[in-house]
Amino acid sequence: MTDGRRWHDMGGDAAGPVPGDEHDFALWEKRVDALMILASGAGHFTVDGLRRALEDMGEKAFEEMTYYERWIASINQNLIEAGIYSIEELGAKMEEVSARGDTYGEAADAS
Amino acid sequence: MPHDHHDHSHEGMSPSGHPYRADQDGPLSYWQNMEIAVRELLIEKGVVTPEQVAAQIEAMDARTPANGAAVVARAWTDPAFRARLLEDGSAASREMGFDVGPMKLIAVENTEDVHNVIVCTLCSCYPRNLLGLPPDWYKSRAYRSRTVREPRKVLSEFGLDLPDDVTVRVHDSTADMRYIVVPARPEGTEGMDEATLATLVTRDSMIGTGVARLPNS
Repeated sequence: MTDGRRWHDMGGDAAGPVPGDEHDFALWEKRVDALMILASGAGHFTVDGLRRALEDMGEKAFEEMTYYERWIASINQNLIEAGIYSIEELGAKMEEVSARGDTYGEAADAS
Repeated sequence: MPHDHHDHSHEGMSPSGHPYRADQDGPLSYWQNMEIAVRELLIEKGVVTPEQVAAQIEAMDARTPANGAAVVARAWTDPAFRARLLEDGSAASREMGFDVGPMKLIAVENTEDVHNVIVCTLCSCYPRNLLGLPPDWYKSRAYRSRTVREPRKVLSEFGLDLPDDVTVRVHDSTADMRYIVVPARPEGTEGMDEATLATLVTRDSMIGTGVARLPNS
């Protein structure tokens, strides 16, 4: 952008045809949405914090990551900034999760 | 490039007419792993409970365009409600049990001369309390960019070709302010009751990328 707008401020830009595809949200995507509502409802960050991190991710993330992938990345960043958990705790937990199995179903089941 | 939201084959589609997306059975992605990890950390830290997450998803699934359709059908049949809805969309939808929370909801009405369409150019703000989660195309670069630049062309891609003498008004949502389109009541629906009328009100007609169904269509 050369007119002072940031990448996410895309109203009026030229673009291709509107994509016609739609999908039903997967469980993990609904959970991301639920975490946003609950964690922000608990006062740990706001929708503006969500958007700030999304916008700071830049255009490449917008093109390459799905909607809820960007959301969980932003929620995670906000929660770390809020001091809810540390990046070390996240790393350890993600290792623990991936050790449970190769699919979402297996990894989401802690029992 | 016509859209085919309403007439595509339903083979291999979910009950709501969308393709299934691989969920539990695909290989665990990095971001899915992060979702599980963040959720479990929030539970361990006492920020959320598993029951709250499940209840939130249940509430999310219960919010569908049928909510908005009920509001529109009420507005079509009850002039006093229509006036309240156009005056204060948040209060009128709350009156019907669809709380919009702290956000401001503005209902914009289509007439013979004016067609309204909603977009969020900055992100993906959408009247979730009345329509559920936004469709993928609503969040796409193409829709966000072009709807404010060439709305008639975008609408024609949805199969909606408006005469030149109809004014098109585009409403850009914000994080604090949402719009809902009250589509025009179709011809030939005189005498229909509210519940039957609601079946004519499609999601896209409340976004403004479509119009209400004609009876028996």
